[in-house]
Amino acid sequence: MSIHKYLRERFFPHIWCAGCGHGTVLNGLIRAIESLGLSRNEIVMVSGIGCSSRITGYLDFHTLHTLHGRALAFATGIKLSKPELNVIVPMGDGDALAIGGNHFIHAARRNIAMTALVMNNRIYGMTGGQFSPLSGCGMTATTAPYANIDPDFDVAALATAAGASFVARTTTFHVKEMIDLIRQAILHDGFSVVEILSQCPTYFGRKNKMGGAVEMLNWYKERTTPLGSKAKQNDPSLIERGIFMQVDKPEYCSQYEKILQKAQSANSQTKE
Amino acid sequence: MSKPKLKALTINRPWCKGCGICVAFCPAKVLELDHEEKAVAVRIEDCIACSLCALRCPDLAIEVEIAPEDNEIAPPAQKRILIQNRGGSRS
Ligand SMILES: Cc1ncc(C[n+]2csc(CCOP(=O)(O)OP(=O)(O)O)c2C)c(N)n1
Ligand code: SF4
Ligand code: SF4
Ligand code: SF4
Repeated sequence: MSIHKYLRERFFPHIWCAGCGHGTVLNGLIRAIESLGLSRNEIVMVSGIGCSSRITGYLDFHTLHTLHGRALAFATGIKLSKPELNVIVPMGDGDALAIGGNHFIHAARRNIAMTALVMNNRIYGMTGGQFSPLSGCGMTATTAPYANIDPDFDVAALATAAGASFVARTTTFHVKEMIDLIRQAILHDGFSVVEILSQCPTYFGRKNKMGGAVEMLNWYKERTTPLGSKAKQNDPSLIERGIFMQVDKPEYCSQYEKILQKAQSANSQTKE
Repeated sequence: MSKPKLKALTINRPWCKGCGICVAFCPAKVLELDHEEKAVAVRIEDCIACSLCALRCPDLAIEVEIAPEDNEIAPPAQKRILIQNRGGSRS
């Protein structure tokens, strides 16, 4: 089938645990890309370190597997030198918002055209289940055996406040919505963020007695609701899904291009 | 748009890790895990070709192929049947 052309099939079956949501993100991502008719050559995918970041290894685009938390910095360099390419940056919640939090807010502030996918499993999967800035109060992790006391970030609110011009949230249960939101995020000319709630049954699920992958998907089904729904009014604890921000703002590379032109014309005038 | 029809449902056994997601969320209860914890289509005749199993599988182990929609000849033929019905001797 046509989605297989985007895969490096020689590395399958992949390394993720049975039922890991990151595989479903990979699945949705290639379907979004296929629906846009993008060729493998037009896409650069840049990741950092984490279970989530392993995603680049399985995709047959131009791919970079870089440093923990620094994917957006590498991606910024690529985008500035080749603005015609579609840059996609998949990150774990730790990668994007703990060690990489600074890069995240500044990429958003610059509104540089790239697609940041936050694969939020609320834990550090790769290193054995330490709590992350997305775990939330009261949750249990290897490093919070008596419950975590750190409040969590709201990724959508943080990205919006920092300046991202497209911000959305979905889950690995809502796959059709995921494909649609990733598609819109790629098309958006500016910094776009899609937070995808993605289950880690091995650590977050087990540490918090949430059951396996099926039960965790049921949790996404029951504990999330479309943005602005009546259900949210009745139960404010529900997590909203959908598009939180979508606005046209000056994009960083095009602003930089204008500065280049200004500098060049100033330069040629002084020579004349 | 007419409902999709299944052409083929293929499960790539070596890639399946038996997570059970496809089994739990198939709206038509088509799939089950076998003795090796691999997904199998046990009631394929009930499949409504929604593709949700293929889209949700974290291991990209399921492929759902949809039969091409009936070609352009279909709508006029259908219309003809309707006209015939109308002019028929149902009175
Ligand atoms: C500079 C640096 N610090 C720490 C680590 C160890 N480390 C590897 S992955 C990771 C966190 C992974 O969590 P997350 O980004 O949420 O991704 P997940 O594995 O959950 O998908 C950490 C702390 C590292 N590789 N490099
Ligand atoms: S540890 Fe968690 S995040 Fe990592 S592969 Fe396993 S289920 Fe996925
Ligand atoms: S969802 Fe995929 S990996 Fe999980 S049981 Fe079904 S076919 Fe196997
Ligand atoms: S295509 Fe839909 S109905 Fe058919 S097996 Fe998959 S989930 Fe079930």
